[in-house]
Amino acid sequence: MRPDIVVIGGGMVGAAIAYGLARRRQQVLLLDGEDGDFRAARANFGLVWLQGKGLGMPAYQGLTRRSIALWRGFADELQSETGGDLCYEQKGGLAFCLGEDAFEKRRLDLMRLHNQRGEGEADWEMIDRAALERLLPKARLGADVSGASLGRHDGHANPLKLLAGLHGGLLRLGGSIRHRARVERIEMAGSDFRLVLDGAALTAPRIVIAAGLGSARLGRQVGLDVPVHPERGQILVTERLAPFLPLPASGLRQTAEGTVMIGATKDEVGLDVSTTTEAAASLSAKTVRTIPALATARLVRQWAGLRVMTPDSYPVYAQSESHPGAFVALCHSGVTLAAFHAEVLAEAVADGTLPESFSPFHQRRFDVPKAA
Amino acid sequence: MFRKLHDPGAAAVTVHIDGRPVRAEAGESVAALLLRQPEGWSRTTPISASPRAPYCMMGVCFECLVEINGQGSVQACLTPVQDGMSVVRQQGCRSVSA
Repeated sequence: MRPDIVVIGGGMVGAAIAYGLARRRQQVLLLDGEDGDFRAARANFGLVWLQGKGLGMPAYQGLTRRSIALWRGFADELQSETGGDLCYEQKGGLAFCLGEDAFEKRRLDLMRLHNQRGEGEADWEMIDRAALERLLPKARLGADVSGASLGRHDGHANPLKLLAGLHGGLLRLGGSIRHRARVERIEMAGSDFRLVLDGAALTAPRIVIAAGLGSARLGRQVGLDVPVHPERGQILVTERLAPFLPLPASGLRQTAEGTVMIGATKDEVGLDVSTTTEAAASLSAKTVRTIPALATARLVRQWAGLRVMTPDSYPVYAQSESHPGAFVALCHSGVTLAAFHAEVLAEAVADGTLPESFSPFHQRRFDVPKAA
Repeated sequence: MFRKLHDPGAAAVTVHIDGRPVRAEAGESVAALLLRQPEGWSRTTPISASPRAPYCMMGVCFECLVEINGQGSVQACLTPVQDGMSVVRQQGCRSVSA
């Protein structure tokens, strides 16, 4: 069947949009890449996170808040659709502070974010070491831990189950997925888009480019000039341990299965997903300063993924002016924003227009002359 | 059950399994020693707590994890016995709690 919309990119962003479109009774075809592609969606940490995000861009803080407010309903819907468990928990989240200066800096950063938001009560608090110890009775804290910030809306989920759920949900709703479907070029065929794949071509009246780092090459062909670059993140994971960390923390979370995930580096190394011993050492050292007993835990794996970064690190959502019907969606917080993508963004794409609230995320914000 | 075909003689060492002294032969693996015990299992699994015994004997299956001299989740099949060594069968999930 001829699709109403083709979503190019089967990662966390594309899959969430495609699933959301299928829920809105659109005929959706999702084009997924090759196993060897750079797949941020398979390297995720799994936080569904608000605290600390959006400094200097209140619209991003608002976007994140909106997605998190939708997350529980989105997760319930997806779980009932597919029968899978996303292991989503929203009991609050922590950012540990090492030393008194870091505690004070954290407080000031979150206060600045609160002021930039300009409305509502603070939904976070700074908790001192004693309060933190009461919150985490099974975790003995390192001597340097001065306290933490506690964000009430923060939580975590299993990102691999989320991705599998989005793919499964899309199929159940009548959508289709094509794997190893690399789009070579995009041409116009009347008012339709003609996607040229290796040995095949597809036409559709609308397309969404959500191809992560591959989006720049595709966007350019339909008047969407999106600057995007990779930022490598490395993550460690331990063996399964008895539950000791009831809340996820920035860079440290215990999964439902008991493994402890430790993250993540920010490496500017281009298109390189190799892991380094330096990263394993520095991530381990930071973790052992926070919870010394983790020094005895076995690491079972280390991996790297490439974040999809824009110049200001915030998402790009836009429709092409020269090629109406072509949309682009890029971000590096595909897990947190999955609910927003499946609900609000998919709704807007199905309607054919992105409302005014999307305008802060248009890539034209990068078209300013660099100051001398 | 497995048994040793020869007596280790002078190469005998003493290893403590769950606190009980047993005779072993220098050079053999902890896993081989565990398999000779009346109870051949080496750990219970973190999720279902079902007992597991050494299986592949070459370091790939991770069924033989035990605590050796206080260090948890050590592969018994890759660890040669040493005189005075303490081996503790692991029960369920390891814990890092105090």
